[in-house]
Amino acid sequence: MQAVMEKRALELLADGTVNRVLGWTAGEFIYDVTPAVFETAEEVQNGFLYNDFCGANLSKYLVKESRKEGKILVFLKPCDTYSFNQLLAEHRIIRENVYVIGIECYGKVDVEKLREMGLSGITGIRKADGDFVVETIYGEKTVKQADAMAERCLACKSKRHVVYDELIGEDGEVVEDCNRFDMVEKLEQMTPEERFAFWRGELSRCIRCNACRNVCPACTCEQCVFDNPNSGVAQKAAASSFEENMFHIIRAFHVVGRCTDCGECSRVCPQNIPLHLLNRKFIKDINSFYGTYQAGEDPNAKPPLGTFTTGDREA
Amino acid sequence: MQRIGVFVCHCGTNIAGTVDVKAVAEALGREAGVVFSTDYQYMCSESGQQLMRGAIREHKLTGVVVCSCSPRMHENTFRKAAELEGLNPYMVEIANIREHVSWIHKDMKEATEKAIILGRAAIAKVHLNQPLQAGESPVTKRALVIGGGIAGIQTALDIAEAGFEVDIVEKSPTIGGKMAQLDKTFPTLDCAACILTPKMVDAAQHEKIKIFSFSEVEAVQGYVGNFRAKIRRKARFVDEDKCTGCGLCTEKCPQKKVPNEFNMGLDNRRAIYIPFAQAVPKVATIDPNYCTMLKSGKCGLCAKICGTGAIDYKQQDQIIEREYGAIVAATGFNPIDAKAYNEYGYATYPDVVTSLELERLMNAAGPTNGTLLRPSDNEHPHKIVFVQCVGSRCEEERGKQYCSKICCMYTAKHAMLIREKYPDTEVYVFYIDVRTPGKNFDEFYRRAVEQYGVHYIKGMVGKVTQNGKQLRVQASDLLAGEQMHIDADLVVLATAIEPDKSARSIATMLTASMDTNDFFTEAHPKLRPVESPTAGIFLSGVCQGPKDIPETVSQASACAAKVIGVLAKDKLTCNPCVASSDEMLCNGCSSCEKVCPYGAISYSDKEFRGPNRTTLIRRVASVNPAVCQGCGACTVACPSGAMDLKGFTNKQIMAEVDAICK
Amino acid sequence: MQVTEYKPKIVAFCCNWCSYAGADGAGSARLGYPEDVKIIRVPCSCRVNPMFILRAFQRGADGVIIAGCHPGDCHYTSGNYFTRRRMALLFSMLEYLGVEKERVRVEWISAAEGAKFSKTMTEFTATVAALGENKRLEDLRCKQ
Repeated sequence: MQAVMEKRALELLADGTVNRVLGWTAGEFIYDVTPAVFETAEEVQNGFLYNDFCGANLSKYLVKESRKEGKILVFLKPCDTYSFNQLLAEHRIIRENVYVIGIECYGKVDVEKLREMGLSGITGIRKADGDFVVETIYGEKTVKQADAMAERCLACKSKRHVVYDELIGEDGEVVEDCNRFDMVEKLEQMTPEERFAFWRGELSRCIRCNACRNVCPACTCEQCVFDNPNSGVAQKAAASSFEENMFHIIRAFHVVGRCTDCGECSRVCPQNIPLHLLNRKFIKDINSFYGTYQAGEDPNAKPPLGTFTTGDREA
Repeated sequence: MQRIGVFVCHCGTNIAGTVDVKAVAEALGREAGVVFSTDYQYMCSESGQQLMRGAIREHKLTGVVVCSCSPRMHENTFRKAAELEGLNPYMVEIANIREHVSWIHKDMKEATEKAIILGRAAIAKVHLNQPLQAGESPVTKRALVIGGGIAGIQTALDIAEAGFEVDIVEKSPTIGGKMAQLDKTFPTLDCAACILTPKMVDAAQHEKIKIFSFSEVEAVQGYVGNFRAKIRRKARFVDEDKCTGCGLCTEKCPQKKVPNEFNMGLDNRRAIYIPFAQAVPKVATIDPNYCTMLKSGKCGLCAKICGTGAIDYKQQDQIIEREYGAIVAATGFNPIDAKAYNEYGYATYPDVVTSLELERLMNAAGPTNGTLLRPSDNEHPHKIVFVQCVGSRCEEERGKQYCSKICCMYTAKHAMLIREKYPDTEVYVFYIDVRTPGKNFDEFYRRAVEQYGVHYIKGMVGKVTQNGKQLRVQASDLLAGEQMHIDADLVVLATAIEPDKSARSIATMLTASMDTNDFFTEAHPKLRPVESPTAGIFLSGVCQGPKDIPETVSQASACAAKVIGVLAKDKLTCNPCVASSDEMLCNGCSSCEKVCPYGAISYSDKEFRGPNRTTLIRRVASVNPAVCQGCGACTVACPSGAMDLKGFTNKQIMAEVDAICK
Repeated sequence: MQVTEYKPKIVAFCCNWCSYAGADGAGSARLGYPEDVKIIRVPCSCRVNPMFILRAFQRGADGVIIAGCHPGDCHYTSGNYFTRRRMALLFSMLEYLGVEKERVRVEWISAAEGAKFSKTMTEFTATVAALGENKRLEDLRCKQ
């Protein structure tokens, strides 16, 4: 897969279709993969990387990148295309300046899960017969897909690319029975006291590093209200349990109807707070209150908070 | 730091009776930024205002808090007083300590405490107030009147007489409305046509009035002074300019079986028709549902005989756009469908008729040429029963809770006219109450009973059934406390009236509010009865509530006076409390635009300075302050906080929250 | 220590055209309701940002009520429809976080419904008082 993608990137650079490539590159280790922009063929050849750890959603980087000179190539997994479409609907990405290659995806690996299995010294990973073969300095180990895959990928909502200029690999289908609301439902069935205890337990670990906000493709404000000293609600580190709640409630509310459920917030949280459960609650409520709505699916759809019907349920 | 003055009003004992005003003034005087605080008996009085103005001068106040009655009462009074001293009027805030405190609380300690808290909230807000400048917008000196009944005609005539242009848009082929269908009018018994048709002609001939008949308003945009309306001129298949109204086509048209709506379907008209002899404009209209030429392409007789070549089978609907400074809703009413009242047999027996049908049966231009005959066998009825309140004052789903107001009087009129013309006819009226408030109304009703011998029976009719050639009316006589039946030749139902069905969509177009009965809501039930709460939209006639003709005409003229008040101005002052977007924060995401009911937000690409001497182009929102009405929907839709509402900013409201929760 | 009856703090956001006028109507008709209710005037219920509600709880409010024109009667045509959607979602989220949902409410009160205003506020205050102090969304720093 990496070879095909790299070849295509070099072709598009060479024939002048694009002048930059947005992809991934390795960090210190093979599994801490990070988004990167490559401006020359050499940079691509030296740094471009694609493997089963490449979970990062690249669409958000296009808010800035698509405003620069020339055209940029981006590789988008199915779930990333929803974010891309949503950003298009919000006029945040200049479409003409982006060349989208949709890439097939069967789910990304959560390195934390591998660590929990006791694996260390990881040097590579490959797919074999539906399982993952993890290469380590101590030898290879085969792990079951379900045991290694990120939680968000186990509940993948769609393998379909909603936007692309060309595809590498197969286009998939929307996954109808992805069960992504299971945990939300479980929480809903708890008593208010249990729910409060659950969320206090989770949110109290928040260190306000802002990673969730910074990675979120829906959080693309020029300046976040929580960073704006004139907004009246600016905070740096959360000073109390209230501020932890406030930040996350408001952040979730600001992305209502815009969050595509890409799961990046929970992926990057260093405290492993299941932040996606806040967004999923809103998505679930929108679906049941106002009819099924998937942000990013159709850039011309009316967002649920930008429209209404006279017969809407009461608050 | 602001220099704030606080003025606590006693409102006589209205406030001072429950709130310790001295304690409030003292407590608020200790708040940060307050440099002057006092109490006074009547702040709204001339001397109260002088007190405030003196303090503004003397203490160089930059902000004012008045603790008094509701801002809905005197906010403007105090703003104007401040303005006279050179203080921006929007630096004045009101703490409502009368309606929201002294009038509803009994305990003086609690009430005083609450008054202090509300005062603190107002002070907290004033600290963040900014001087606001009201913009100005020009006024298009033309009015649109929707509906060409007597209400619309009268409003249009009065506006035109004042020298302003008026367009009347009427959905049917002629103006005249319901009044044109009436025979005589109470309480004077003069003929409806004799008093209405001269007005119709006046309207048609007035150089300032343009009548768009057979037309409907499709869309309205804009705001007071600057409305833009799309009007659909429906195809009548006759060239209005060429048709002379000779009526030859309406006599020769072979399609004779079209129910004549002007006569309530009691007789037939042709497929090409002029609704009635005095129609304005007097132009024929082809009914495409019945015309053989339009349906099958065969016939074309009217085109052949028309001397002026006015017939145009290819005519299309036309959309025209016109600009207006003010819009009048005069959409009128209809009787409800009596079929819902199955017990009276309206759908079953031809001799059960509605009052409006009776008008046509008694009118010289009606289906019987003015001789009262039963629809079933064209014989003279000798015994007639009137049933009042059919659908009015009715708690059930099928009826209306309100009193239709005109039925008592027109029934007395009908009864009187029948007894006058056919003295051998017995007339019975079943009623719940007889309501006759109005000049010469009760005298009129008494004449019906005392001079004309009409039998008024308090009680309701339960059922109407066929009994040979007659109708058996089963009823209760509440005063005698007994059941009774009358074998009648004709039964007349005084059906309730309801707003025209088109009113709801027109209200939506005009952003004018309606009540649950679909009557337009007035800006204030007593003090602003002819204005809608939406600026620039005015109400004339029954569309606002049930009315008889004298009342309709006086309301129509009142409405005209209000319209003239707008059109006479060259510029209108805009509300400065509008939304505005901070371009530095705006993402250009269009969330705000989606919730704006006025289309006041637009976007443009603007250059901004980026890092390292680069320029960045970003899409940013801007608000047209003349179009924005200041609801604030956009401010919540905006995730970045770029959009804020002047006079009600995020920080101001949060400051009030903080002060209240302290 | 002096034992005082618990008095809840209630913030009522009222739209200028209907509910604020309804509150004025309650005043004119001398239809009382508890002093605990303090009204903030906003042009339309759709002006109420979820941040204001959270801010109120942060600063010590025990209940927040938003009152606007009846659906279909909004002075700005559609504002209250947006309010209804926003608050339906926000309130559901608060409940999901374990905050008692009885502490927040949206009511439609027209300018003519002074009696409804008084009744609603009395009833809401009693509901909030029964729940006691807001402990789940409070900021202790704001309570000294």
